[in-house]
Amino acid sequence: MASQEVLREEPSRASLINDPKVRSIFYQCLVVALLVSGVWWIVHNTIVNLTNLHIASGFAFLRGRAGFDISDTAIAYTSDSTYGRAIIVGLINTLIVAFVGIITATIIGFIVGIGRLSKNWLIQKICTVYVEVFRNIPPLLVIFFWYSGVLAVLPAPRDSINLPFGSFLNQRGFYFPRAVWGDGSWLIPVGLLVGIAMAWFVARKAHQRQMATGQQFPVFWTSLALIIGLPLLAYVLSGFPVTFDFPKQSTFNLTGGFVVKPEFLSLYLALSFYTAAFIAEIVRAGIRGVAKGQSEASSALGLRAGQALRLVVVPQAMRIVIPPLASQYLNLTKNSSLAIAIGYPDLTATTGTVLNQTGQAVECVVIMMVIYLAISLLTSLFMNWFNAKMALVER
Amino acid sequence: MPFVNGRRRVGYDAGFRVWAGMGAAFTREKIRVCLKNREKGLWVMKHIAISILGAATLGLMASAASATTLDTVKAKGFIQCGVSTGLAGFSAPDDKGDWQGIDADFCRAVAAAVFGDGTKVKFTPLSAKERFTALQSGEVDILSRNTTWTINRDTALGLNFVGTTYYDGQGFMINAKKLPGVNSALQLSGAAVCVQSGTTTELNLADYFKANKMEYNPVVFEKLEEVNAAYDAGRCDVYTTDQSGLYGIRLTLGAPADHVVLPEIISKEPLGPAVRQGDDQWYHIVKWTYFALLDAEELGITKANVDEMKNSASPEIKRVLGQEADTKIGTDLGVSNDWVVNIVKAVGNYGEMFDRNVGSGSPLKIARGINALWTKGGLQYAPPIR
Repeated sequence: MASQEVLREEPSRASLINDPKVRSIFYQCLVVALLVSGVWWIVHNTIVNLTNLHIASGFAFLRGRAGFDISDTAIAYTSDSTYGRAIIVGLINTLIVAFVGIITATIIGFIVGIGRLSKNWLIQKICTVYVEVFRNIPPLLVIFFWYSGVLAVLPAPRDSINLPFGSFLNQRGFYFPRAVWGDGSWLIPVGLLVGIAMAWFVARKAHQRQMATGQQFPVFWTSLALIIGLPLLAYVLSGFPVTFDFPKQSTFNLTGGFVVKPEFLSLYLALSFYTAAFIAEIVRAGIRGVAKGQSEASSALGLRAGQALRLVVVPQAMRIVIPPLASQYLNLTKNSSLAIAIGYPDLTATTGTVLNQTGQAVECVVIMMVIYLAISLLTSLFMNWFNAKMALVER
Repeated sequence: MPFVNGRRRVGYDAGFRVWAGMGAAFTREKIRVCLKNREKGLWVMKHIAISILGAATLGLMASAASATTLDTVKAKGFIQCGVSTGLAGFSAPDDKGDWQGIDADFCRAVAAAVFGDGTKVKFTPLSAKERFTALQSGEVDILSRNTTWTINRDTALGLNFVGTTYYDGQGFMINAKKLPGVNSALQLSGAAVCVQSGTTTELNLADYFKANKMEYNPVVFEKLEEVNAAYDAGRCDVYTTDQSGLYGIRLTLGAPADHVVLPEIISKEPLGPAVRQGDDQWYHIVKWTYFALLDAEELGITKANVDEMKNSASPEIKRVLGQEADTKIGTDLGVSNDWVVNIVKAVGNYGEMFDRNVGSGSPLKIARGINALWTKGGLQYAPPIR
């Protein structure tokens, strides 16, 4: 047949130009060469232009004395520290707000997401209103709402609102007593660790017993007792070594104690509430994505509604939920750069100050981009690992 | 008939070529010719790659060359002037949206020198953080934005400050109603201090509290309006910036009478306009505009009498106003010979500019103090125009 004849002749027309393999290698090489020369051109052009404009460049400025103070510092920092350290202080602040924000947003998001599927009319409507309000307002406005609308209208330090346990709330922040760890207080964290380890052990044993005999054991209450009870016991045994430093009124502000500043609070609350609305929708979609037959089968097996949700539906929903959840975590981390609007010293704000004090615009922007990229890649790496762990393993 | 010719049946690809009218180009003979010319084909590819790289290099060279600032400014017909986002007395828009203040007027003076018309200015409001990048990148031609002259800005940032249009110093403002006992900055230990980020103010503040072994909580914002709002709302006890700025900001607060500026001045803040390095002609035009404003005040040339002064008996006044025969002072600078006349007609002399914007003729009522001419015990001194 004619077609076979042509096919047999294929090897003889081995022109390199028409060989798909050679072609694809050529085009890939061409794209790489264009990309590399493009990047080289941008970098070279920048260096030449900076030199022409007599602007100093390079990263040596990071070792210079910063000279400015930062309001929230998790690590030791004074105005004598270096610019590099100032950027690290900002990075840690970003990580703190992103970390606590992610945890809070996940908790609120799961509660609201499950609440939207509740059979209780009021709970369902409240959760719907929450999602529709926070999902449809830009995050910057939510931040301003908390900062100017809620925290700024609190009373001045002199008329602080007194809260239980020696805590105070005023427009300068939320003040509460700070624990001062005395001699022998090392026993308390040890007690906590032992408690956690024992709780884990009990949970494992209880699971094994249930698998073998079908008998259940009150794991939750036992674990709670161990985790709270053991540190408490350690506290009593070591002779009450922890004292508290209570906030006191002074000329200007309350001094002493531990203070959570309104800048942090409003950023944290705004990011948590904003992202939680998206997480709620993801959770709802995940649960709706589990076939109805699964919950019907669970109730046919005699599981209660809560048990069916916890043991059958949510584990399956997690497989749908995790990938979009990772995107929301990345969004929250990146949205934390809006902190600059209310003066929380995050990575963008401190690096921006360094940029302005040194004038090293290109370098500072590159540092910021590399750091945000690294945080985001690490987060998605972790979420990919978690996703792989939770994925359906077929036997 | 589509299936008579077997070649059409080899697959989708061949069929597509026939459909696209390209069948003739891919006959077996042509393919064999191509096989022979394989090396030639590779040469073509190499050639393409080289020419792309060459184009990139050319583009680089083209972007490196640029015209002088004066030529660019003349070509576009106006001066782009970087000002603050709103600081009363220095640069702030009035109720009609026109920019008013010493810094805004200085740009008008340069426009008058270059174009003979003080209105040929466009203003770009810049935050403290944006200002240097805006000047470095060529977005603005002059940065006239209550900016402190420091060695770092003159060297590492690639700027040239032309002079000091306002000698200032950093001060503190507090709400006297809320803090009745405080009358010195040395009593401020433990206070929350509002300050704008990325300023010399921020650095002086850290130095001052450290030197006096005092503690403070910095409350730092990027934009001036945000600092003002935070101070007005009571987020901080103290507002610190240049003293002139404090007087200006006090007027915008809810209850100006409640606030007092403390007597201490903790720094030198010579505020002045800056230009990019590497363009001496433009630098000289801006610098001598500043000197011309001072010399005009020293010689008594005002907005009102400048036309009469042209016929003055004094050879010095005639020389400054470009009335000397065959004078080349203006053209040597790159502007017209009546440049000083144009400047004074547009904004008046330095003293008039000061009084109108921050002095006795303004709501700020700041005394001339060290900003008086050297002949009156101040620091303002200009080299002669000759």
